[in-house]
Amino acid sequence: MTGPSPRAAGAAASASAHPAIDAVGLTRRFGLFTAVDAITFHVAPGEVFGFLGANGAGKTTAMRILTGLLAPSAGSATVAGFSVATEAREIRRNIGYMSQKFSLYDDLTVRENIDFYGGIYGLDDATIAERRELLLDRLGLASRARALVGTLPLGWKQQLAFSVALLHEPRVVFLDEPTGGVDPITRRRFWELIYETAAAGTAVLVTTHYLDEAEYCDRLSIMVDGRIAAMGTPEDVRRDAGVATLDELFLRLMRPGAAA
Amino acid sequence: MRGRRAFFGFLGKEVRHILRDWQTLLVLIGMPVAQVVLFGYAVRSDIRGINLAIVAPQPDAATASLASRFMDATDTYRVVASVADAASLEPQFRDGRVRQALMLPSGLAGALGRGEPVTIAVVTDGADPNTGSLMEASTLAIVRAWDAGRTGRRAGPRIDVETRMRFNPTLESVNLFVPGLIAYVLTIVSALMTAITIVREKEIGTMEMLLASPLRPYQIVLGKVAPYVALGFLDVVLVLVAARLIFGVPVRGSNALMLAESLLYILTALGMGIVISTSTSTQRVAMMAALAGTMLPTLLLSGFIFPVSAMPWPLQAASNVVPARWFVVITRGVMLKGAGLADLWRETLILAGFTAALFVVGIRRLAVRLA
Repeated sequence: MTGPSPRAAGAAASASAHPAIDAVGLTRRFGLFTAVDAITFHVAPGEVFGFLGANGAGKTTAMRILTGLLAPSAGSATVAGFSVATEAREIRRNIGYMSQKFSLYDDLTVRENIDFYGGIYGLDDATIAERRELLLDRLGLASRARALVGTLPLGWKQQLAFSVALLHEPRVVFLDEPTGGVDPITRRRFWELIYETAAAGTAVLVTTHYLDEAEYCDRLSIMVDGRIAAMGTPEDVRRDAGVATLDELFLRLMRPGAAA
Repeated sequence: MRGRRAFFGFLGKEVRHILRDWQTLLVLIGMPVAQVVLFGYAVRSDIRGINLAIVAPQPDAATASLASRFMDATDTYRVVASVADAASLEPQFRDGRVRQALMLPSGLAGALGRGEPVTIAVVTDGADPNTGSLMEASTLAIVRAWDAGRTGRRAGPRIDVETRMRFNPTLESVNLFVPGLIAYVLTIVSALMTAITIVREKEIGTMEMLLASPLRPYQIVLGKVAPYVALGFLDVVLVLVAARLIFGVPVRGSNALMLAESLLYILTALGMGIVISTSTSTQRVAMMAALAGTMLPTLLLSGFIFPVSAMPWPLQAASNVVPARWFVVITRGVMLKGAGLADLWRETLILAGFTAALFVVGIRRLAVRLA
């Protein structure tokens, strides 16, 4: 991808109004080990923000803090305008979360999964029914509504998992390595869904191992040893580091000593 | 309330999971009844054909009358020897040709006629504790019935029966299986199934999603365990009804107390399941942990099969931290002795303490966000 898309520009304009995620000096220690070391970043509504880093770099810990699963040791962060330290419950009402394992129940039908999500977010039956029909239509799953999720192909499961994570219309959605194990065409289709969501004003924070996917993000950060080693639009990040591809930068950051 | 709606939505999902996996459900409902039948017949069939020896140094009318009672009870007894001297029985006792000896005193008829106290001794092979206690109880009953039905019986001292268990002198006298079986079944349904159902959410990756949702950790735990409380309760009723209908095992104490104590133990077992689920991450490991950590102790250390008092002291000490041990004392008390809460408050309190501790630990550990 070259140049910011019109959608990204629109997102940037509204960024100053009220950030979807605003983290300042966010730190998490486990004993002597500092998993997340004073990271500062913000994500605007409607922005697709990539969260990159090797395994153990601290992305999962950072994500757990932002989703209210883990308290920070120092620093502060707000998600959808609520403090992670004191308003975790409010945050959980206003975010969506999709794990790399898709968070669906194979032994329940498509419809039951959708209704279950609506239910735990406290939506009333009429709202659930309305959004369920919309969702099934959009994914072309209407005829499979009574099929067990376990019988669906992986790509459909993934899109369904993403859609149910959005059922309660969260202001921020967290995607933890959402495209693992699916083919390139399905991945492409999945990114179209992400763009549609962002265009509607939802901020999307996505972790990924695929560096070509990182290029699809409006902005991205690369974490190394708990710190943010690079951040910006994909072009900025590449230009600042003087590399042709994110791959190159990523490998350089991952090798100890090579970054200097 | 949104919170309550969310909870009931979650509970509904759990019920769906259970109903959809109907094979497991069938096992959980069918197993207790099958166990009652298996254990019941295994225990019962052994007291048929007891090889009895009657020792009477001076046979008279009274000894003949009592002996005939045993000879008539052909279902239960085979009188294999009538001798004057017990010493000759020793080798037969050792190799099992004789399992029980009824030792009558000299001059029985005369002493009874004069209304003097007499002592009859019953010596039983206690190598197999359950059978031993049943043989002893059965023989005692026949002697008492004979005594009560004697013509010319006078008010006054009754016949004193002295019992002695050979080979296993510390045998507990009443050892019916149903109380222990209830503990065992509840441990399977509650501890094992709870551990598995919670760990399943971790394994398929939905637990993080649940924790990131507005559901509170205690709601997740409650929603997970509530269906198994109901299922465990159903199993208790099934075991009690099956034991009563098939084997005539009564609940001598209050039914309500029995059910209330069972409910308490269901919660204890659920607590164990929750704690196991928080320390394991796959269903397979959770299952092994539940087997080793809850079912084996319930089977071996609760007094269900092996009397606690016959164990070496380290095992006796260990049995104190096995909740099933206290529950078995309670169920035996209520079912067999007709005991009430006044007799069992101590054991009940211990179980309640275990339950509270397990729930606190379990919910704390599940609420990783507080770490």
